Amino acid sequence: MGKNVDENPGVALEKHYRGVRDKTLMRVFILPTLILLIAINVFPLIWSLFLSFTDYSAKMANVWGKNPAWVSSQNFADVLTNPEMWEKFITTAKYVIMTVAGEMILGFGLALLLQLDFKGRGLITTLLVLPMTMSPVIVGLMWKLFYDPNWGMFNFLLGLGRVDWIQDPARNLYSIVIADIWMWTPFVMLLSLAGLGAVPKYLYEAAEIDRASWWFKFTRITLPMVSPILMLALIFRIIEAFKIFDLPMGITGRGAMAPPLLAMHLYNVSFVTWKTSYGSAIGYIMLIMVLAITLVLVKYLNRAKQ
Amino acid sequence: MDKKLLSAKQRVLRAVVIFLICVVTVIYLIPLFFVIHTSFKPWDLIKEYPPKILFRPTVASYIRIFTARTPLPPGVELSEEKVASMKWYERLVYKDTNEEVVRKGDLPRRYLNSIIIVIGSTVITIVIGTLAAYGFSRGKMRGKDDWLFFILTTRMLPPVVVVIPVFLMFRSLSLTDTHIGLILLYTAFNVSFAVWVMKGFIDEIPIEYEEAALVDGYTRFQVFMKVVIPQATTGIAATAVFCFIFAWNEYAFAFLLSRKTAQTVPAWLPYQMGVLGYDWGAAAAGTFVFLLPAMVFTIILRKHLVRGITFGAIRK
Repeated sequence: MGKNVDENPGVALEKHYRGVRDKTLMRVFILPTLILLIAINVFPLIWSLFLSFTDYSAKMANVWGKNPAWVSSQNFADVLTNPEMWEKFITTAKYVIMTVAGEMILGFGLALLLQLDFKGRGLITTLLVLPMTMSPVIVGLMWKLFYDPNWGMFNFLLGLGRVDWIQDPARNLYSIVIADIWMWTPFVMLLSLAGLGAVPKYLYEAAEIDRASWWFKFTRITLPMVSPILMLALIFRIIEAFKIFDLPMGITGRGAMAPPLLAMHLYNVSFVTWKTSYGSAIGYIMLIMVLAITLVLVKYLNRAKQ
Repeated sequence: MDKKLLSAKQRVLRAVVIFLICVVTVIYLIPLFFVIHTSFKPWDLIKEYPPKILFRPTVASYIRIFTARTPLPPGVELSEEKVASMKWYERLVYKDTNEEVVRKGDLPRRYLNSIIIVIGSTVITIVIGTLAAYGFSRGKMRGKDDWLFFILTTRMLPPVVVVIPVFLMFRSLSLTDTHIGLILLYTAFNVSFAVWVMKGFIDEIPIEYEEAALVDGYTRFQVFMKVVIPQATTGIAATAVFCFIFAWNEYAFAFLLSRKTAQTVPAWLPYQMGVLGYDWGAAAAGTFVFLLPAMVFTIILRKHLVRGITFGAIRK
């Protein structure tokens, strides 16, 4: 893209305007965005990196050397050796696997069905997409009402008795998983539809002439052609599911009965027990994990594109 | 494919698939339907189990979520003149739950906060985001792709990671529970998105118009205002609606950084549900009132949805 601009015969672009060079002006255009991002994203990140190597509680007065006090990598060691933390990692991993698998299968399946051209297809797509742009915490509240064991419609419609989906620690992880799948399946569906729509028609026509079976067309044409976009959907969904916070806050809240998810735990550590620096260490470990997962998946994405 | 060319077998298959899609859609919308349904139920039917499907709808739940009321002691009835002199909504609440409306509730204030913060942040995001997107689209600078990638990564950070230092920073700058604090935060949260999507839109505008204008003696800023902006209106509008939806829905920051003065609806409603406790009708009404704008905007946006949710990676 940049090269195209260079090759353009726009001599005028290099002109000076009121003493300001065009190149400088372009930088001025970018400046407000960069300043804002550095102030509100980069600076806090560096700050929390520093805090994660100290012993600091935001509830107590700042005294240099005592609060924060330098403890080097103690917090990270504590997080990684704490068996309770491992329970949180495992629950979060379970959550990610269940929601993302459900969303990918259902979303892609729905997209396959919606490939059929019929009257009202646009309307149905729009209706199905609605959950995706709702506020996750409010979707959580909605499902909390829906799950209510005394009068909610969930148990009633499924013919279950008065099953408690919210208070019971054996079940409430699944209650959040179901709501998450409901909310984000349309995301995968929309991306899949875009991918399916971009498969060149002549490939199918050629296969038709060869009397290829439906299965052959699906595995040899459709899947390879849409796999990059499915990878993209997968990356987005894994990152989002890994850091899930608002949806469980809506359904179970952060009480003792809530499922042990990482982001929720981070919140409790940082703002309920006020172990600020321990929380920062958890945050950094989460950040590193998100980055690692993303890098691995992007590698696969690039391979799928070839 | 022409319908007439389909064989009988294919036609049956087609009907089956359409039927299946309709069934799935209906099942899919049940939770949403349930909330809307509950919000219009009269008080005495809300807790009935099994749930009643058909009833005379009432807006009493909506009035309850918008007002503060005191319950009248059981058995106490107001005089007929008093009832007759009530406003229509007061009478409705009185007849439904035997309560007296005292004042406006907390929701209108929270709703207004949401609107102020979301519109404020969207306007700033669009202004600085469009400028930056134009700079990135047309400017020549070293490491442009690196800067763009840097901007994208700020959006990928889990909010829970940034929230601790932001909390400390806001506390020392006294920005906690202020409108301006949340506006700044949401702007920073959305601007990376806006730059990426807007850059995509501006890349699609042919550069020749701008060159012609520059030759004609326009300054670069005039070119931006008079040539680029008019051609980018659709993109700007779509991006703005996305920013609006994202900010409208945001919870983690609002929950932690607003208590009262600047509290938004998503931060307030879950807490309020605990307080309402018994009043599921009002909770459902509050939920629906809050979801409505985002639903309307989604319908308006439907053609640009794919582009938005992938940060402009897929342009359909």
